[in-house]
Amino acid sequence: MKAPRIPMEELMGSGHLACQGCGATQAMRFALKALGPKTALTIPACCWAVIDGSFPHSCIELPIFHTAFETAAVVAAGIKVGLEMRGDSETTVMAWAGDGGTYDIGLQALSGVAERNDDIIYVCYDNEAYMNTGIQRSSSTPVGAWTTTTPVDNYKKEPKKNMIDIMAAHSIPYIATCSVAWPEDVIAKFRKAKEIKGTRYIHIFTPCPTGWKFAPELSIQMARRAVTSHVFPVLEITEHGQKIEVWKDFEPTSVRDYFKPQGRFKHLTDEEIEGLERDVEQKWRRLLAKEKMMASIPGME
Amino acid sequence: MKKVIMGNHAVSYGVRASEVKVISAYPITPQTHVVELLSEMCANGEIDAKFIKVESEHSAMAACVGASAAGSRAFTATSAQGLLLMHEMLHWAVGARLPIVLANINRAVGPPWSIWTDQNDSLSQRDVGWLQIYCESNQETQDTVPQAFKIAEELQMPVMLVMDAFFLSHTYEIVDMIEKEQVREFLPPYKPDIKIDTADQHSFGNLAGPDHYMELRYMIQKAMDRGLDVIKRVDSEFEEMFGRGYGLIEPYRCDDAETILVTSGTVASTTRVVIDELRDEGVRVGSLKIRVFRPFPIEDVFEVLSKAKKVAVIDRNISFGAHGIFYQEIKSALYGRTDIPIIGYIAGLGGRDITPKVIREIADKAIGDEQPERYINWIGVKI
Repeated sequence: MKAPRIPMEELMGSGHLACQGCGATQAMRFALKALGPKTALTIPACCWAVIDGSFPHSCIELPIFHTAFETAAVVAAGIKVGLEMRGDSETTVMAWAGDGGTYDIGLQALSGVAERNDDIIYVCYDNEAYMNTGIQRSSSTPVGAWTTTTPVDNYKKEPKKNMIDIMAAHSIPYIATCSVAWPEDVIAKFRKAKEIKGTRYIHIFTPCPTGWKFAPELSIQMARRAVTSHVFPVLEITEHGQKIEVWKDFEPTSVRDYFKPQGRFKHLTDEEIEGLERDVEQKWRRLLAKEKMMASIPGME
Repeated sequence: MKKVIMGNHAVSYGVRASEVKVISAYPITPQTHVVELLSEMCANGEIDAKFIKVESEHSAMAACVGASAAGSRAFTATSAQGLLLMHEMLHWAVGARLPIVLANINRAVGPPWSIWTDQNDSLSQRDVGWLQIYCESNQETQDTVPQAFKIAEELQMPVMLVMDAFFLSHTYEIVDMIEKEQVREFLPPYKPDIKIDTADQHSFGNLAGPDHYMELRYMIQKAMDRGLDVIKRVDSEFEEMFGRGYGLIEPYRCDDAETILVTSGTVASTTRVVIDELRDEGVRVGSLKIRVFRPFPIEDVFEVLSKAKKVAVIDRNISFGAHGIFYQEIKSALYGRTDIPIIGYIAGLGGRDITPKVIREIADKAIGDEQPERYINWIGVKI
């Protein structure tokens, strides 16, 4: 990964209302460093609806429009067009939603925006459950995890939905995943997205100490291990869904080491963990095979 | 210039004259002609607006919310299920104080599926905080669009223009067309002080604790209270410029009327025909059309109805377990100030025709019934 210059300017101030060690808070800080002051945000119901601060305070020095749970993508599209029609075509409009607002309740509106290629950046900060309402499962919650609605005796049996493939199927110009463990990569991807027109989808992996039950100081370690264990691949999809580039330049670590500090996986037996490790590896191989296959299509070399 | 146009297109031409900047909509019968014509106008440059063709009515209202918050004049149109799907975002538009205008073509709600008119869709949105104006003719519909924007932008409140499916939406009438050059004088471009603007950052709609929420709701009610005067003033400004005004309510031959029939929408025109018939027979009867339903013009209604001996309310809607919805409003407006009997009639649900004969039947019953005991009378039910 190339290291870009990280701006000193902070558009997110202290005094926010996040939990200690919140990955979503770091994600916002890095994203805004990349996007700069000509940016407007819309935030649906999610942790960030609270993190921003309560009226009349806000920890962000940008216009933010708080909106209903399922509407982030389309409200952003409305804002973009509304700004354009009153003569401001410069401002970048970003929808900033959690995994519940993206994978579940907001999927329809997001699909509409992506299909129309509306000119916005859509960010899913993924903490893998409804954390703001108190840790309920979403369709982003990984298989094997405990949440308050997937108790230990009946932990989540269904795999995490493949949001990236869903977005790629919309043929949008830019899709990227990144992890808060690599701020330089997060910043580089937001900078790249800013220069592209149309719907840009950025998926940031943001560990949640409160919901995943690990110590707050381990947040970055979790964000790193998720990637190095192949649980959360860091990638870019360009050429309207036709070109995949998966980041592989790291020392692989085990899924077990990623699970270990997290209380949400504590109930899993050795055998179950081995099974999940095999699943992760198989998905990783499929992804690499797809990357290779896509690159081999005539015209894509 | 006068043209013969359908009710739906009267809305579209009103939108064109109002120089709307963002339109977002989803197809639903019987509203579809409104946005079909608007997309044509956007495509051929007749109107300088962007049309966001969304995947649902919920998103249509959400897109309008975003566009309006960004400082652009925004419009949508819908009916029945579409309006119901928008419900959450109707609230959002009010709380965020966004002057969006929505045309709702009254259509009965399913199941069973019905595409024909009744008012339960718009009236089930009674308490969300949108102003509601019920139109009676294509002329009034066209003229109400720029009025609605002017009212909305002054109050920073959204306005719903309501009209009957088919009886108005698909009916062709002569309309004296308004053009944007003229309307611009009446309705200047929308330039809100507070909007999404990177040079003036605000966080809109973030968490408000019990210390603040109630004040924000109080301010919405204050805007509604102010609404009646603003609607009246805007209407007379329009009348001055275009020679047509519509008022909050429209009394017809009420001055010496013993019995007054209360109506709304297209039923008002039919009722006037029946009133004339009855007057010819020497019956002292009049009618009162309610044009503005929210805010409800209590004083104006009271002034007209308090002179009568009996009031009959025709509702093309029903609040199940209670009464007709206009009936409840009328009763509430008169409560404690007069003991005139108020009788409620439910008619024309799901698009069943309310003919002069039906209205005559209602009038005869109301006039003949010396001591009405029932608050709800169903007209023409075949069970």
